[in-house]
Amino acid sequence: MRTTLTEKIGEVAVAVFLWGFRILVVSVVIIGTILTIREGKYTGVQWIDFIVFGIARGSIYAMIALGYTMVYGILRMINFAHSEVFMSGAFGGYFLANAMGQSGFLDKYPVLGLVAAVLVGMLVSAGVALLVERIAYRPLRKAPRLVPLISAIGASFFLQYTFRGFFGPGIYAYPNVKVLSGEWNIFGIGILKMQVVVAVAAFIMMAVLYTIVMRTKIGKAMRAVSENKDVAALMGIDVDGIIVATFGVGAAMAGAAGVLYALMFRQVNFFMGFTPGIKAFTSAVLGGIGNVPGAMVGGIVLGIFESIGPALFLDGLGIIRPYQLQDAIAYIMLVMVLLFRPSGIVGEKLTTKKA
Amino acid sequence: MNKQLRLTFGKAVRTGLIGGIVALFLCLVGIVEIFGKRSLIEGLISLGHVFLFLSLLATGFVTASRKSDQAPLGRLWLSLAGTISGAVAGIVLALFMLLGSVINIRAMFIHASPDLYKILSFGRGMAGVWLLLLVGAALGALGALIRVLPSRIQKPLMQGFIGILLVGLFAGLVRPLLVAIPGLPEALGRYLFGQTGLTQGGALITFILIAGIVAFWSARGKTVQARVAKWPRSGQLALRWVFFGLAGVLALTLPLFSGPFIAQVIVLISLNILMGLGLNITLGFAGLLDLGFVAFFAMGAYTVGLLTSYGEYGLAHISFWAVVPIAILVAFMVGAFLGLPVLGMRGDYLAIATLGFGEIVRLLAGSDFLGKWLGGPQGVIGIQKPCLGILGPYVGLGIPRVCHGLELGGPKEIYYLAIICAILVAFVASRLRDSRLGRAWMAIREDEDVAEALGVNLIQTKLLAYMLGASFAGLSGAIFGTLVGSIFASSMQLMVSINVVCLIIVGGMGSIPGVVVGALVLIGLPEAFREFSEYRFLFYGAALIVMMLVKPGGLWPSSIVQRELHLDVKNDTGPNNAPTSAD
Repeated sequence: MRTTLTEKIGEVAVAVFLWGFRILVVSVVIIGTILTIREGKYTGVQWIDFIVFGIARGSIYAMIALGYTMVYGILRMINFAHSEVFMSGAFGGYFLANAMGQSGFLDKYPVLGLVAAVLVGMLVSAGVALLVERIAYRPLRKAPRLVPLISAIGASFFLQYTFRGFFGPGIYAYPNVKVLSGEWNIFGIGILKMQVVVAVAAFIMMAVLYTIVMRTKIGKAMRAVSENKDVAALMGIDVDGIIVATFGVGAAMAGAAGVLYALMFRQVNFFMGFTPGIKAFTSAVLGGIGNVPGAMVGGIVLGIFESIGPALFLDGLGIIRPYQLQDAIAYIMLVMVLLFRPSGIVGEKLTTKKA
Repeated sequence: MNKQLRLTFGKAVRTGLIGGIVALFLCLVGIVEIFGKRSLIEGLISLGHVFLFLSLLATGFVTASRKSDQAPLGRLWLSLAGTISGAVAGIVLALFMLLGSVINIRAMFIHASPDLYKILSFGRGMAGVWLLLLVGAALGALGALIRVLPSRIQKPLMQGFIGILLVGLFAGLVRPLLVAIPGLPEALGRYLFGQTGLTQGGALITFILIAGIVAFWSARGKTVQARVAKWPRSGQLALRWVFFGLAGVLALTLPLFSGPFIAQVIVLISLNILMGLGLNITLGFAGLLDLGFVAFFAMGAYTVGLLTSYGEYGLAHISFWAVVPIAILVAFMVGAFLGLPVLGMRGDYLAIATLGFGEIVRLLAGSDFLGKWLGGPQGVIGIQKPCLGILGPYVGLGIPRVCHGLELGGPKEIYYLAIICAILVAFVASRLRDSRLGRAWMAIREDEDVAEALGVNLIQTKLLAYMLGASFAGLSGAIFGTLVGSIFASSMQLMVSINVVCLIIVGGMGSIPGVVVGALVLIGLPEAFREFSEYRFLFYGAALIVMMLVKPGGLWPSSIVQRELHLDVKNDTGPNNAPTSAD
């Protein structure tokens, strides 16, 4: 149809606005970076600290992102409750870890203790995710798009406040693992042991997941279901079972991430899942939603960016207390990715699919 | 044994287990304990007991439910099955109590407290375990009975119980009003209502009254309705006017005799209705899930704050009435500003992106970076109250301006402002809905591409949805700012947006009376009753899920949405009837 003048003006206005936004963000980053480097406020060691911290945190985001991306790939819906699955894993591991810490078991056999805590966390979060899938998602699979989305949001709050009801609104502290505190000296630079262990553990688990998805039969089934549910069913795949397995695996990753996060930050609280959840979703979109290695890459990128961001460009621009805006960096990255490259860095075009 | 019987008993056991777990959940989350402090029938049953009993009743009810394709079983067998499932649920709870007497469950679950055990055992200690089993079985049987009884008996019974529940809930609010009037109302108040619930006599009277009315209505109701329908049109209109007139009189005079607490609750409900009407346009009419709605609320509040405050962040010192249009305009523009980037997004992505915007606004408003202008974490304080009269000049920092006239200082006065605004906005919203723009919105909600192909200008229509919704929220924020007198960025949280979304979903998407119902239920209950407020978001979350599963159209659905979701067509594959491969 012929577009009218007002319509043309409207489209031009939108385009100008979007370009203006892009230019604004890019110039903030570039100018800020130049200013900061010129000022030379931070030493090389400090930058390395930031980056390592970013990698550690980013790998946690990556693990959570895997859950988001796999569920989106299969069901084409954002599992809003996934952030609470992450939180439940942290809580699950907490009680075991606390008991082990108090009895001294954790100091005597740290590896065994930590592995046990992570396993318990994975079990708890898998259980929670399966419950949510069964109650809040499965009956609504054929419903219009908005309905399971709202149900997911409801499930998210329900879980948050359930845990608040069970365990109280306070903050629980993970025990201090003596073996993991302190620094290692790598190439003459002091790096926190905890961060290294978290990053390495995360990488190992992600590698395992990747192998499962790419090399095993069940992984093949998962990929088939995410490509086309109905045809997969025709090929003899038990779609419901695979969906349950996907939820379970994604949740296990998130649960392990929860325990690792709690070990790193030492704090467990019913609301802890919200912000990491959004950041993990950002990572998933960054890497291309539905794309498993993409989620891993996206997580690390986001982690590093958010870590060096405040120091790198916000500080240079003279913004006081830039760390307050650290989360804002992640949110702005989210919006930028959704606006300008919804297919993500690694890419998979899913956003403009019809609702 | 008959196969049907075996299946039913199997189902009974399973349902009982689930019911028991649900009851256990209610105990562990603390609902039973905290609601146990508020009694429903004085000295007999507390609200905590009600939650327990409801879950036990429900197991019996569900067990006795038959799917239409299954062969019918005798009432006696069904009642027996109900008893079994109730007993199983009771066993679950009893096991919990036995476990609790051996190990300290409280170390993990903070609400496994002595109070809880007292409630569960009916105050009889470990011997109460047997009582618990008995009560479980009895309630299971009762639940099943209620299900299988003919509707003639079932309806009055159920409504009678529900009536006791509702009246008992509100008894605590009504009693002070009655007792304040000496003579018959006072005596009535003291006899029927206890401090928080009904007295035993009051409960009995309520039950008989409501059951009687329901029984009468189902027997004779149709004839009464038919007779009224035969009245001349003027008579029917007169009836309607009388009804609205009474409601209006009640609404207008309520703050005079109810005290500031109820007035405050109603003001908050009205503000939420305003916001709900705004989001109703964006989400209900146009189908755009905006989770960053609180940003517009914040715009209205901050505009009023910055332009009327006599504190250190007041940019100018204008009267409230002049600022309100400015606040609405600011919110209107911001609606466009935040709507432009997300024009191309759909569904889940739109939700997350708008959530991101809401959070960015909150973080920026509370940051020290913008603290010079917006007050930072300390917020903007000292907001001038509206003045019906002449406002004295700005005297100095931190000193409120004198109002020569009526100052709308507290909730009692702002009550009228809020209600008038709510009515006006509801009127505007209903006109918008019936306008060409409204129909364009609904076209977009159904299918964007088809709408575009039919000539709807997507950009304009979507932007207007955001902008108009934002302006309502801005108005709400403006009134809120002046009500509270100070604004903090920390109160502009995601929770506020979720609040409003819940309101609309529960009340009915796209339905204006639905927004009012949603606000009454979701805001009124937690504000009026502290116990609900403790578990507010737990209930909200559960309400969202249950609503989506059972009644996606909401409590008062809009007829158009009903048609869309195929709720009015039986035997259709709507969300309620979706075939699942399991089950």
